[in-house]
Amino acid sequence: MIHPIPPGTRDILPDEMRELRRLHLALIELFESRGYGEVATPAIEYDEVLARGDGRAADSAYRFFDERGDLLALRSDMTVPIARLVASRYAAAEPPLRFCYLANAFRAVRPQRGQMREFAQAGVELIGAPAPAGTAEVVDVLEAALGAAGLDRAVIGLGDADLFRQLLTELGVEGENREAILERLATHDLVGLEAELSRAGIGGEQVNTCLALAQLRGGREVLDQARAIGGPAVERATARLGETFAALEERGVAERVRVDLGLQRDLGYYSGAILEVYDPAIGHVLGGGGRYDELLRRFGVDLPAAGFALYLERVHVAQMEEESRRGGSA
Amino acid sequence: MSDGVAGMAGAKPDGPLKLAVPRGALLEDTLDVLDAAGVDAAAVRGESRALIFPGDEISLVTMRPSDVPTYVEAGAADVGITGKDVLLEQSDRMVYELLDLGYGRCRMVLAGRKGDESLGEAQRRLGMMRIATKYPRIAERHFESTGRQVETIEVKGSIELAPLIGLADGIVDLVATGRTLDENDLEVREEIVECTARFVANRVAHKLRAKEIDELTAKLREATAR
Repeated sequence: MIHPIPPGTRDILPDEMRELRRLHLALIELFESRGYGEVATPAIEYDEVLARGDGRAADSAYRFFDERGDLLALRSDMTVPIARLVASRYAAAEPPLRFCYLANAFRAVRPQRGQMREFAQAGVELIGAPAPAGTAEVVDVLEAALGAAGLDRAVIGLGDADLFRQLLTELGVEGENREAILERLATHDLVGLEAELSRAGIGGEQVNTCLALAQLRGGREVLDQARAIGGPAVERATARLGETFAALEERGVAERVRVDLGLQRDLGYYSGAILEVYDPAIGHVLGGGGRYDELLRRFGVDLPAAGFALYLERVHVAQMEEESRRGGSA
Repeated sequence: MSDGVAGMAGAKPDGPLKLAVPRGALLEDTLDVLDAAGVDAAAVRGESRALIFPGDEISLVTMRPSDVPTYVEAGAADVGITGKDVLLEQSDRMVYELLDLGYGRCRMVLAGRKGDESLGEAQRRLGMMRIATKYPRIAERHFESTGRQVETIEVKGSIELAPLIGLADGIVDLVATGRTLDENDLEVREEIVECTARFVANRVAHKLRAKEIDELTAKLREATAR
């Protein structure tokens, strides 16, 4: 007899579990070796507490009432619960703090391969280490994690969450126009972006500047190209990215990194550097992260922070594709 | 494992760029634009019933326009061409929209029977219109944003039939010339949005094959700018 389970969830059977477990162990071992202690937090939290971290992510959350009528939610990532944990239990600790995790999170997405409603994430949070050194450490761990997973061709995209926010402020674009433009940037709808920029009543030259910036991606040279476009906001963002990139070069992990000025993450708490991970073998993003220097303040602890999370099921798919590619080309 | 960094230099997916080409109404114009952009599309024009047309730089994959976002989102095709109507209807598909190609211009409209008041009547006396459409999400969004309640009825075949024999009070559909509407005694009541063909890309391909995709975008822009 067949008993259904909710869409976007799944059972994992021994053959897959064995491979996943190998990946879990490799990652946690690596994180621990870099000084990141593993933590676990409850899968359910008070909705009010999670929403303090990120109101936008809360839109797609699963919510329900407990026996006292309190509104609970399933966590949609681990960054917000760890921010809560740091504020509650490490408020007096000497920073920097280093935590890692391997946990399931929940989002109400349209289920498909590599896009489940319950999904496993592994990642780290580095609390109290400012940019650029803190960012570089996180990228260093990320690059080692991709190595540990055997994803030799994976690439890390590096962008800046504040670039367009500051640029729009500089251009005097506020209110609805601003929201519409940021929305088009987040979905990378360039046709819509051009229309919204034109509607915002800024000059044609500024429209072209924004469009050009949104498409600039590549090696370090991208920063010079951006600087040539000009403006104080661009100058600040490229200076931030330049410092981060220099710190990455110093650590010897710049090779995998592509600068991407059009990069936007859909979570609301990012500020400064943002990261995304790609592998040529699969069409979905493998993971992401970045700086969230404002997030802990919302929980009452004023510490800069950065981190990343890898979607483990997607990493596993990529591992399989890479394996068959290597097998095929050998 | 040791080829990690060496592999990075060529960190691009193997083989030619896969371009999803829409069959149907957009096909002819798409092939003309591809030709003008220097992409060899001759094989697709032939009598061949093949679905995949390999090339050195770019391989063409033909499919229904409504399947293009599915293939591109999953990365099975790196880039693709499809109508804005399809993208709006499948707005939860995460694809990057890179370029308005300008052709395949048509309008998404609300239409009702000529001289017939049932749309307004239904709204006034029943508080709700029944709308037949192949684009339920576009229709729902349109009525929601204009503060009206509707019952959308999804049909697959000739939409024009629905109001004629009483399945619906009106239809939301794509019209190019308006002739089909006219011949079926229907008329445009409201224009919802204008749609043209768009060039879209997979999110990961857009990062990892940036140069190829940017070059193709530039060539398509040139080929469609008149």
